[in-house]
Amino acid sequence: MVQSLDFLKESPSQTAGPYVHIGCVPEFAGIKGVYPDQLGAAMVNDKTRGESIVITGRVIDGSGTPLTDAMLEIWQADADGLFNSPAELRGTADPNFTGWGRQPTAGDTGVYLFETIKPGRVPFPDGSLQAPHISFWIVARGINIGLQTRMYFGDEKKANSEDPILNRIELNTRVKTLIAASKGNTYTFDIHLQGENETIFFDI
Amino acid sequence: MKNTQPETGAFFPRDRDWHPKAYTPGYKTSVLRSPRNALLSLGNTISEITGPVFGHDMLGERDNDLVLNFAKPGASAIGERIIVHGRVLDERGIGMSGVLLEFWQANAGGRYRHKKDNYLAPLDPNFGGCGRAITDENGAYSLRTVKPGPYPWPNGPNDWRPSHIHFSVFGYGFVQRLITQMYFEGDPLIPLCPIANAISDPEAIKRLVAPLDMANTIPFDARAYKFDIVLRGRRSTMFENRPEGN
Repeated sequence: MVQSLDFLKESPSQTAGPYVHIGCVPEFAGIKGVYPDQLGAAMVNDKTRGESIVITGRVIDGSGTPLTDAMLEIWQADADGLFNSPAELRGTADPNFTGWGRQPTAGDTGVYLFETIKPGRVPFPDGSLQAPHISFWIVARGINIGLQTRMYFGDEKKANSEDPILNRIELNTRVKTLIAASKGNTYTFDIHLQGENETIFFDI
Repeated sequence: MKNTQPETGAFFPRDRDWHPKAYTPGYKTSVLRSPRNALLSLGNTISEITGPVFGHDMLGERDNDLVLNFAKPGASAIGERIIVHGRVLDERGIGMSGVLLEFWQANAGGRYRHKKDNYLAPLDPNFGGCGRAITDENGAYSLRTVKPGPYPWPNGPNDWRPSHIHFSVFGYGFVQRLITQMYFEGDPLIPLCPIANAISDPEAIKRLVAPLDMANTIPFDARAYKFDIVLRGRRSTMFENRPEGN
């Protein structure tokens, strides 16, 4: 006999369901006055350092229909590549940037939109630099466990070509599903749950 | 607060056979919303091990009291008064402080306060259905609410959701992010539910069923249910390779 490892099992996931808004973005569900603010709605203020950008897009199902009941969260470094987190031991991130955002997809068009700043580069564990990227987490009715992916920037061709994660993807043809198209300061990042352009989702 | 540096080890990989699979045709909405390609497995980088912090100072007095937080002065929500309490632990069994929990649920009649819910059961003017809490230094949390009612939903011709409370859980790293649902001990609808049954291992479903806790029940006031939540554990950083050398 040996000792038991005694690890617990993670609580199993369940879908966020169609009413996730009540708990996470109550004002969107029409519930006003319970909380003073909506968490994750504002990532920046007028003192935030860096290049202001807009990230917008849709979450599209296997029939090509945008989801009107999804919720997205994003997490990213500040303009200098530092995270506003206790686990960031390399320095102090911009106090005027939260790094975390939460938005529903619109109830009619299915479009989501984040106002944020372009992140700086952050290191890979081997010390090389990752291309600028934003971590995404997507939940909705019909999604049994939150989907993890990353958005990279279409106007960062050189950094993207050096990125240790993008270079690890065997199916090169699918890399484009992680790269947002840029137009001015707006980046469009559609997330395809299925189909020819299915986004690469991570187990990370 | 402990006067030590926060942990920075990578999180334990998720057991994808324990969690529900993406494609679970018994839950019809998953059919068009489930990725079909294999997930890309990657190790954690600093983007994954970091996450935002939520301070206790953001909480209002009634944030974890769904009986009162939407009610008119002097009124309270209709239904069976219950307390739900428990701890948030990681897979190593360590209590996690500072974890943000957000709750949402239907009212006692099984109706959500949401424009997309048009179930026959009436809204309760004194019940909103949302709440939140942040775990204390031991990882403990509690909320007071009314027991949500079961409700029918368009999936099969006669599917009913068991009574449940949705939990959104925010740990220390962005990849610990979890949404789940709490069910109630003894509910005969649990084994019939296509969403609960999206989880294939009956042992895993059990982890989502809160037992009645008579010890913490407040006599002549509210019954208690205990619901512990486990988030991904993380590696110790002993002997970890570091770019600057060991």
